[in-house]
Amino acid sequence: MTGQGMTGQGHAGQGVIGRAVHRVDGPLKVTGRATYAYEHGAEDRPLYGYIVGATIGRGRLTRIDTANAERAPGVRLVMTHHNAPEQGPRDTSVPIEYWRAQPMLTGPEIHHYGEPVALVVAAAFEQARAAAGLVEVAYEERPGRYDFAALRDDTYVPKVVNAGLPTDTAVGDFDAGFRSAAVTVDRLYTTPYEFSMPMEPHACTAVPQGADLTVHVSAQIVDAALASVAATLRLDPARIHVVAPYVGGGFGSKLGIHAETILAALAARMVRRPVKVALTRQQIFQLVGLRPTSSQRVRLGADRDGRLVALAHDVTMHTNPDMEYAEQTAATTRSLYAAPHRLTSHRLTPLDLPRGEDVRSPGDAPGLLAVESAMDELADALDMDPVELRIRNEPTVDPERGVPYSDRHLVECLREGARRFGWERRPTRPASVRDGQWLVGYGTAAAIRGHFQMPTTVRVRLAADGTATVQSDMTDIGTGTYTILTQVAADGLGLPTDRVRVELGRSEFPTSMGSGGSWGAANSSTAVHRACHALRKRLLAAVREDTRSALCGLPWEKAVFADGRVRIGEASEALSDLVARHFPDGVQTTGETLAMTDDPHYSAYSIHTYGAHFAEVGVDADTAEIRLRRMLGVFSVGRVLNAKTARSQLIGGMIWGVGAALQEEGVVDVRTGAFATRDLAHYLVPVHADIPAVDAVVLDGYDDKANALGAKGIGELGICGAGAAVANAVFNATGVRVRDFPLTLEKVLPGLPPPEE
Amino acid sequence: MSDSVMRTAGRSPDERAGRLSEIELSVNGRVRRLAVDPRTTLLDALRERLGLTGTKKGCDHGQCGACTVLVDGRRINSCLTLAVMHEGDEVVTIEGLGAPDDLHPMQRAFVERDGFQCGYCTPGQICSAVGMLSEVAAGWPSHATAAADAVAQRIALTDEEIRERLSGNICRCAAYPHIVAAVRSVAEGDAG
Repeated sequence: MTGQGMTGQGHAGQGVIGRAVHRVDGPLKVTGRATYAYEHGAEDRPLYGYIVGATIGRGRLTRIDTANAERAPGVRLVMTHHNAPEQGPRDTSVPIEYWRAQPMLTGPEIHHYGEPVALVVAAAFEQARAAAGLVEVAYEERPGRYDFAALRDDTYVPKVVNAGLPTDTAVGDFDAGFRSAAVTVDRLYTTPYEFSMPMEPHACTAVPQGADLTVHVSAQIVDAALASVAATLRLDPARIHVVAPYVGGGFGSKLGIHAETILAALAARMVRRPVKVALTRQQIFQLVGLRPTSSQRVRLGADRDGRLVALAHDVTMHTNPDMEYAEQTAATTRSLYAAPHRLTSHRLTPLDLPRGEDVRSPGDAPGLLAVESAMDELADALDMDPVELRIRNEPTVDPERGVPYSDRHLVECLREGARRFGWERRPTRPASVRDGQWLVGYGTAAAIRGHFQMPTTVRVRLAADGTATVQSDMTDIGTGTYTILTQVAADGLGLPTDRVRVELGRSEFPTSMGSGGSWGAANSSTAVHRACHALRKRLLAAVREDTRSALCGLPWEKAVFADGRVRIGEASEALSDLVARHFPDGVQTTGETLAMTDDPHYSAYSIHTYGAHFAEVGVDADTAEIRLRRMLGVFSVGRVLNAKTARSQLIGGMIWGVGAALQEEGVVDVRTGAFATRDLAHYLVPVHADIPAVDAVVLDGYDDKANALGAKGIGELGICGAGAAVANAVFNATGVRVRDFPLTLEKVLPGLPPPEE
Repeated sequence: MSDSVMRTAGRSPDERAGRLSEIELSVNGRVRRLAVDPRTTLLDALRERLGLTGTKKGCDHGQCGACTVLVDGRRINSCLTLAVMHEGDEVVTIEGLGAPDDLHPMQRAFVERDGFQCGYCTPGQICSAVGMLSEVAAGWPSHATAAADAVAQRIALTDEEIRERLSGNICRCAAYPHIVAAVRSVAEGDAG
């Protein structure tokens, strides 16, 4: 018995799924009433912790003198490796980094610049910060490896890359194929260190209560935070309560917890008081993972009609030597275009820098900057329209796995985007169109992003008054989870949305895989959909032989739940009456989403989301200042759960792509291993004035292989390829091809056309 | 400072040592008296002493705008100013603009236009937008203002003006197009 067959809910339902419902958490957020991790514990007069970071990149502490700091006003504790409690070791047998122990202040060794060497805890923030400056530290510095450009050939081969994907792949005979190609492109692209930089700094308020510990954290995955705190502090997970109802952005950087949470938790248990720790904006650059810098060689070989015969994507990137992170930068290249001869590879260069971590759309974001720039170069070499070139290389099956695509609409995205954008007005010759002082160009790029399904459980409870409550440790990091789960539950139980309450972000609730990898919405809403299905079955089973019900004896497989009532044909009964009679204390069920490894669709099909970006830029003919003028993305993501929040996320992702193309660049001081760009005045992200009209359009869709709702991930697709579309537009405007991201003006200026007479 | 040093009777050790300064200011229409460490920023006084956590700390040094509040009607970064500098001032924070069941038109516009995602920069964006509209009404020019309009002190509120004037408020979720739409809707009077 399927959900659709029994009740008509789900695919068609009441039409509440997909509707542009306002965010249900909106009124709290716009009035400042939504409380984030640092905004707790006021009633207990919390203490304030301030982290002291190492000022060398590699070496050891030879002396740390805390006497002056300890005597400073208000100071209650100075924690260093001398007095920090024994902690659990980082256990690499735990499969995912974010669930592992993250021990802090474990010894005198310094592994990277900014690594915590002390935590100062005081009655007031000002006191903790001032006393942190009184901790005296001496170091024995050792030479470190900090310079990727100089060391990038000194590589090793990781066993697997991120998400457990294979390091290398090969199909056919690339060398022979490439040699036989009529037209080839062989280029090296480089991408910089990038940082997630959510607006809410990483923060924790740790509150000890007897043997229990409550940690208010800013985390994307509550279960990972729980596991990590428990393993580090060697506590029974049942005694730890993780709370994260609101998260001020994550973008990968809050998949795991960091020094703020571990140090707050350790200190809170030592002083038996609530302790709050937030990273400063500058510390985030050193203490939270970053997107590795990369060097990517892309080789494309095509026949004269533009059909690829050979395609290779070889990636080298940095890793921390102790905490390997291999971004899957060439992974979606394996599924993007047809070509009989193919290679992909990933290599790592160990550097004494903070560890790599997932930054929005890991792999695809930097990988598509290179591949989609190379496709533009190939189009230029062939003198072919870049949209047409991509359409010509549309595969019929996944070219490396040999399995069919579940629901691929890349060509439709390209065609619809070209039509809406007015692509036919694109200057066919680079540097041929001027608008006053601006050289104007158009660029396009494809978007592709793998869709992941992860195990997730939710609980749905119907109360006797006919209201429903959804509970999960799932998070809403700005993605809209509260809102879409409200919609899915309202659909599944036939209730108005104001009779559904969604409660998230507590470790007491059923376990999810949180928000990350674009899997959160599809995982959690599928689980809610299933829980509602199970609840409907229980209610209908109860009503079948209930002579007090108008529905007694009617064909229950024809029941429809809508408008707070259960209908069978002409007969109907209020859901609340039905629940009150049979379940006076309420009734609840759980719903689950399987891991993709347990779902045969994920091995039988290649399941992705797709899109096409179109950008128009102006480049100042004298200064090479680059301004985005407008941008459009057309996307295929299966079924949309909320048209408003989906579009917002896609636009936000596209703007991340603009930042990657034009602004974002972490710069290492190669003498010290410190990031020279360590605040928002030096690590530039897009601001209002950088962003003109940016629009996103989503094609109607339903991927029946992905899950029962037909929905796929959205959060990361917008960034995929977006930066390449901007870079390609800069080429079209100027004739200057920059392969070293971001495209800052000094890289464009020397190649600009000579001034007009 | 000297005032507070003199008024020492019956005070805590910190106060007697002259480490705390007493200030009185109005916050959201209510007079608040505080003894603060003189190093306390207005931002931390609001968040940590008055429990008004709607004002956010994003960078703590004036680069992100998350801490924007209105002081005597003008928008400022509350992280870049000390609480002791605001004796007698009238401070309005996001909590003072409206409540969930009684939204300010700008707050309602942000909900309706989806001018936010994670919500962390949002109070600052909204306070900044409210302050910005009064700057425009007062005829203050910006980098985006045409020279003739600047001279005439009549500002046409183009999208470019809105973007320029809100560029001190970073939104990493990048809700920018929807924020501009929300501000425009309030300026044109069609929200609420």
